[in-house]
Formats: sequence, C-alpha cells, structure tokens
Amino acid sequence: MATETLNAQDHAMPTLLSNPNSVLRRLLAVIRELLGNPSSGFGLIVISILLLTALVAPLIAPYDPNVVNLGNVLQPPNAAHWFGTDELGRDIMSRIIYGTRISLTIITIVSVIVGPVGLLVGTTAGYFGGWYDTVMMRITDIFLSFPSLILSLAFVAALGAGLENAIIAIGLTAWPPIARLARAETLTFRNADYISASRMQGASSLRIIIKSIVPMCMPSVLVRITLSMATVILTAAGLGFLGLGAQPPLPEWGAMIATGRRYMLDNWWLVAFPGGAILIVSLAFNLLGDGLRDALDPKQH
Amino acid sequence: MDNNQPLLKVENLQVSYRSGKKSYNNVVKGVSFDLGRERLGIVGESGSGKSTIGRALLKLLPTAKIEADRMDFSGTDLLAASERQMLDIRGRRISMILQDPKFSLNPVHPVGAQIAEAYRVHYSASAQVAKQKTLDMLEAVQIRDPERVYGLYPHEVSGGMGQRIMIAMMLIPEPQIIIADEPTSALDVTVRMQVLNILNELVTNKGIGLIMISHDLNLVRNFCDRVLVMRHGEVVEERAARDMKNCTHPYTKGLLAAQPHIGGSRQPLPVLNRQPQALSPQETSV
Amino acid sequence: MKSESFTAFGRQAGTIFVTLVGLLILTFCIGRMMPVDPVRAIIGEEADQATYQMVAERIGANLPIYQQFFRYVSDLLHGDFGTSIRTGQPVINDILHVMPATIELATFAILFGAGLGIPLGILAAVKRNKPIDHVIRFLTLIGHSMPIFWTGMIGLIIFYAVLDLVGGGGRMSDFYIGLVPETTGFLLIDSLIAGDWEVFWDAVNHLLLPASILGYSSMAYITRMTRSFMLDQLNQEYITTARVKGLSKNRTIWHHAFANIRVQLVTIVALAYGSLLEGAVLIETVFSWPGFGQYITNNMLIGDMNAVMTCVLLVGIIFIALNLLSDALYKIFDPRTR
Repeated sequence: MATETLNAQDHAMPTLLSNPNSVLRRLLAVIRELLGNPSSGFGLIVISILLLTALVAPLIAPYDPNVVNLGNVLQPPNAAHWFGTDELGRDIMSRIIYGTRISLTIITIVSVIVGPVGLLVGTTAGYFGGWYDTVMMRITDIFLSFPSLILSLAFVAALGAGLENAIIAIGLTAWPPIARLARAETLTFRNADYISASRMQGASSLRIIIKSIVPMCMPSVLVRITLSMATVILTAAGLGFLGLGAQPPLPEWGAMIATGRRYMLDNWWLVAFPGGAILIVSLAFNLLGDGLRDALDPKQH
Repeated sequence: MDNNQPLLKVENLQVSYRSGKKSYNNVVKGVSFDLGRERLGIVGESGSGKSTIGRALLKLLPTAKIEADRMDFSGTDLLAASERQMLDIRGRRISMILQDPKFSLNPVHPVGAQIAEAYRVHYSASAQVAKQKTLDMLEAVQIRDPERVYGLYPHEVSGGMGQRIMIAMMLIPEPQIIIADEPTSALDVTVRMQVLNILNELVTNKGIGLIMISHDLNLVRNFCDRVLVMRHGEVVEERAARDMKNCTHPYTKGLLAAQPHIGGSRQPLPVLNRQPQALSPQETSV
Repeated sequence: MKSESFTAFGRQAGTIFVTLVGLLILTFCIGRMMPVDPVRAIIGEEADQATYQMVAERIGANLPIYQQFFRYVSDLLHGDFGTSIRTGQPVINDILHVMPATIELATFAILFGAGLGIPLGILAAVKRNKPIDHVIRFLTLIGHSMPIFWTGMIGLIIFYAVLDLVGGGGRMSDFYIGLVPETTGFLLIDSLIAGDWEVFWDAVNHLLLPASILGYSSMAYITRMTRSFMLDQLNQEYITTARVKGLSKNRTIWHHAFANIRVQLVTIVALAYGSLLEGAVLIETVFSWPGFGQYITNNMLIGDMNAVMTCVLLVGIIFIALNLLSDALYKIFDPRTR
C-alpha cells in the first residue's frame, strides 16, 4: 500500500512530460498561446519563416549567392535585384536567403552543445551540493565574469578564425548562465517529496536527475536558451563582422556587413539589408523567449 | 459640531474590478453604513471585501471602479472629489493604519522622518517643529526614548513598536477618521492588547471616528461600539457590539458558535457551515 | 557581531582569490591554445635552430606546462605583462595608452544610457500596460536586439554622409591631430587644458554618435531592469502607506519607491558600464576609435598572444572589480545591510 502511494508520487511529475500524447497536446496549447499574443506571435512566425527559408533556399533565391557578375556591381535595389548587388555584382537578397542556413547552423549547434552541458552541470551541482557544487559554480562564475563577446573573441583568436571555431567559442561562453539557472531550479525542488520518495525506493542519483529533475528544469531552460539565441545571433554576427567568424565568400550576415563597410557611405544597401535581417531574427528570438516564459511559467511574472 | 452628526455616510457602495472586456467582478456589493465619533468594527473572512472598503473610502484602488449612491464625509462628496482634494483628505482627515509594519514602513528611511513627513505634508512647519511634534507623538504612543527611536530604521524596531510608530504616523496630522485594517493581526499575541489599548485611548481622547477592520469577531466585539459582519461583499449583520448575542443571520450565529469561551462545554467547537443555502437564505429564494 | 563580519570578509576574500586564479588559468589556456608558436613569433621564420633553442629557453617555452603557468603568474606579479609582438612595447603601456579613449567613450555612453534609461524605466513601471509602456518596451527590445556595429554604420550613413551633422570616424578630424598636447589622454580634458575650444567641439562632435549608439544598447538594459525593480516596489505596502499619508503620486514615486531601488540601480549601472567594453570592441572598429576595443581586435586578428592574454585578463579583472564595487555600494547605501 505504502509503496504504491510512493510510486504514484514518484511518477506524478515526470509522466506529464514522458507521455508523448500529452507532450503534443501541451505543445499545441503553448503554440496557440504564443500566437494569441501579437509580439510572441511575431517571434514565432519570423522564426518559422527563417526555418522554412533555410530549408528551401535554393528554390526561392532568385540568383546563385556566389556568382560574381562584374558587369553588374553595386546596383541599388531595383526590380531585378530587390536588395541590390554587392561590390562583386552578387545579388544581396539571394545571399541573405542563403545566410539563413548559416545562422540556423550556428543556433542549432550552439543549443545542442549548450543545453545539455548547462543542464548537466547545473542539475548535478544543485543535486549533489558540497564541494562539487562549489567548484562548478566557481568555474561558471569565472566564465560569467566576462562579457560573452570578448570571451568568444579570445577563444576564436586562440583557435583560429573561421565558422567552426566561432561556433565552438560561442558554445563555450553560452553554457554558464544555463548551468546557473538549472542549479537554482534544482535547489528549489531537490527536497521535494516526490524526489525523496524515489530516493527511498532506491533510485540511483543518475536516475533521479534524468527522470525527475531534468524534466522539471526543462521549461525555464528552454526559455533561457531561446532568449540566449538572440545573443548568440548577435555574437556570431559580431565575430563575422570583425573577420573572426565565418569567412568571405560565405554569405554570413555579419561578414557581409564587414565587406560592405568599405562601400557603405555611397551604397547603403550593402550593410542595411543584412543588418536588418540580423535585427529581425534577434528580435524574434527575444519576443519568442518572453512569450515562452509567460506561456510555460506564468508564476514567474 | 454636533456630536451625533455622522462624520461619514456611505450608501450602496459598489467596488468592482474589470475581469473581461465587458464583465466586472464585484467585490463590494451595495454596502451602506454611517460613522460617527464611535468605534465601528467590520468583520469578515478574507475575501469578504472588508479591506477593500477602507481603500475605497480613500480612493486608493487605481484599477477598481468605485460607485455609490452616496459617499459623504462631513459635507465633502468623496465620490466627486478630485485627486487634489483627496490629497488634502488623505492623512489629514481620513487616515489608515495598515496590517504589518514590516511591510508598511519604508525600509530605507528612518522612522522619525517618515512620521515627520506625514505632518509636514499637511502643515507648513519647520523641520524642528515637525521633529518636536514627532517626538511628542512617539511619546504619546508610549515609546520610551523617542530621540533614539526617531533615528532608527524600520528593520531595527520590533513589530509592536513598528505598529505604534504606524499609529503615531497616522495620528500626527490629527485626522477625524482612522481606518485600522487588521492593526494587530501581524503582531505577537503578547503585544496585541498593548497596541490596541494605545489606539483606543488616543481615538477616544481625541474624539476620532474609528473603523476597525478585522477577521477576529471576538476582538471587534470587545473593542468596538458597533459591528458590521460582511460576507461575499455584502453586509449580513449590523448590530451594537454588546447586543451581538442577539444576532439573526445564520452566518453570524455560526461565527459566534465557533468561538471558544471560558467555562463553556468541552465538546468540540461547532464548525462553520459554509454551504450557501445554510448561510444566506435570501440567495436561494431569488 | 564583529567576528561575523570578519568571517564574511574572509569568505569574500577567498572567493575573489579563487576567481582570480581561475581567471589566470583561463587566460593562460587561451594563450597556450593559440596556433602561433610563441618562439617563432619573436625570432621570425628565418632564424636557425640554435637561436630557436636559446629563445625557447629564455621564455620558458620548453618547460612543462605547469611550470610555464607559474612563470606566467610570477611575471604578472612582478608587473611584467609581456611585450606586444606588434608594437614591441610592454603590453601594459600600450593598454594604458589606448584606455582613455575607451573610458571617454564608455563614460559618455553610460551617461546617455543611465540618464535616459532610468527615467524611462520608471515611467514604464508607473504607466504599466499603458501605451507609453508598450512604446518603451519596444524601444528597449530593439536596443537589445540590434547588432550594434550595424547601428553604428547606419548612424554614420544618415548623420555623417547624408545629413553631415556629426564627425566621421576617429576621435577628431585629421587636421586637428597633434594640435593638443596629450596630458591625460582624455581628449576632452586635454583640449580644455590647452584652452583649444575648436578641438574640444570637434572631439565632442566625433564622440556624439558612437557614444549615443553605445549608450542606446545599455539604455535598453537599464530601462528593462529599472522597470522591473520599480514594479516590485510599487506593489509594496509602504507605497500604500505613503499614499494614505496624503503624499502625491510624484512624491511617492521619487521619495519612497525610487529611494528603494537606488542601490540596485547603482549595481546594474556599474555592470552595464563594464558591458560597454563589449560594445566598444565593435563600435570602435566601426568608428575607427583608437581605444581598447580596437587594440584587442587588432591583436586578435594578427595573433599577438601576449597582448590578447593581458587584455582578456584585464577585462576579467575589471568585471570582478565592478562586482565588488557594487557589493560595497550596496553595503553603504542600504540601511538593512549596514
């Protein structure tokens, strides 16, 4: 009898997330709520468009992004080239469309690195406590004592310029805030009854962390990752702009602005459009993150 | 002024919050009462709307809609009063003592300055005069060593002293009406009586009208002249305090029956029956 | 009581020490990760094996890694931050030389950011969910989401190339360079000392655009934080007390609510000031501003290891110092922690 009750408590929380059907239903509810609010709806739509564009870039780009056409350089926006052409006669709109692939690659890889690493460090530190916690939190503090762009810059400088290294560098600097958050969340329910219950049943620490703690941290970690994607976009563009990220002729937005800089005083479209793309995507992630926070965690605001 | 003339006349007070595009959520539904130079108690459980009444009288509910047939304070129509007029009324003529001094005193200003501020908003007085007034007032609420207490910060005083400071702050401009919103529920039982006695003495000596809002029927009954019992935003019983045992409404009867008293039987106390039919027969008949 | 604060002080000192050591390890690792061979960087590609050995021995490149670390730390403790390969000068001299330009830029930016951000944040909190709150939220979101280097360029295109309202890149126009003797390194102060108003106004003209764009991004952060601090306070019971006393809305907001967020504001303004270093890296490149940000980028691009390590270390120390400063200010200004 007693064990049965404990069992029920143990699974009361996690089942909410482990049942695929209810996950789907919850997801739909969240999406509906996001679309119901104009600002988070804007965020969600922009990011969907971004995904779609990256997927079908070759189909919708009017030109090849890398074809040089020296007879057609620095054309202002016109009917044939909506966003104009650059100093090598390449179509800027097509380059921006292909650039979505690079942005998405960066975002995807960074979140795949940062989410699990941050969760692992944060939940274990919060769960085990003691010296392990102290050491882990000191390390995150050291990383946090730098502005993220400067630390990424230093890492890229050390690893060598290039897109791959830029992604690694951004990943290295983006996990500490997530670890902090996951630790704080873990502390709030480390002593919850259903955790003690599974411990009394003899569940291993690993099992408790994966089955009970990680799912509870997920909503706020997801919100945090979404919000930090806005920063990641800006950092990646900044690195590209400084010549330490993606290298020309890759159509990365920051790098496009860097090459456009030489011509910008007379040819504004070289910098205006790629920068506008960065602004819109970063804004979309910020809005979506705010919306997600309201949808997933109403008590926080 | 004629002593029997009521200071405050409230008729059919309604307070509601917007809950949807066109729907309103009524928290106070048609409450009427008069207040003279007496002690009026308003009792009710949390959510009964009793605290809202106090704030509605001072028009300190920025998001609420306040309506009434009449809300008259010695000749001033509170309902029509502008924010400017209300600034002169608040503190100077109607004041309110809040529940917990831990939250109701500003943590970053010394308590003396906060009391003196209440005086100087309404009277043009030099800093010295205001300070002297404050020290006198602190003495009046039986604080020893007022000079020292004057410079203390709220976190440095105890709950009982904090509430006496609050009383001093609210009485220093000499208002005609004091609303005391659960003035002792945040305090230790041991200092409750002391604080109540101080409040009682000052109120009676100065002829101030007091509205005492509380969830504690026993306290209100012993302390006030007249009692209103509220439930779900309505007054269900209005009665002189010493006449309480003759109450007619089942809710009040239930409340009284649930009070322990010395020399009573040792049977378990009756539990208040919360079913709507049992408590408000008029609702079922509608 | 006394021993309690002593223990707290001891704990804090320990934390700082550990963080500093971590910082050193991190910068050291960054330095070692660099693909540049430190010996080759000094002697060049053509030097023979004997020279290579000699230099390697002298700078300790062939020692075990932990000994190299101790050597690095002990050099730092002796005030030796290494020599810049690019300029041949001690790195610390280079940094001291470029720092005033950045401080001048960042100070004006924070004046702009805090001067505008704090009132806007308070306004947004007081007018919560009113149209003005939404407008302010939109403005801060844009500031939060824009790539600052791009905004800088758009600013240059509009205000310099098209409208010709402000100066272009650099701290002053070319023909003024060298006119004012460098006393403090702060151009505005130097030109005032020299009494040269023309240079002063030219410098202001050049400072205006980069400082306001840099300031806009910190304004976004400061506004957001001010709004949420203020909302917290406006919901407190003591605000009701103040209103019950008969205080006007304005006095309640400034004398009561604002007094309670001052300390928090000092903290975030200090942190925002530090974060400006980050923006400075980008803005200085856009505006050819000869400051710390440009120095850091240039050295990273050419792989000048000593300079990069020192710059990173310095940024970390500045951040730790700002954190400590804001803690200290908390203790001074908040009666509850005194």
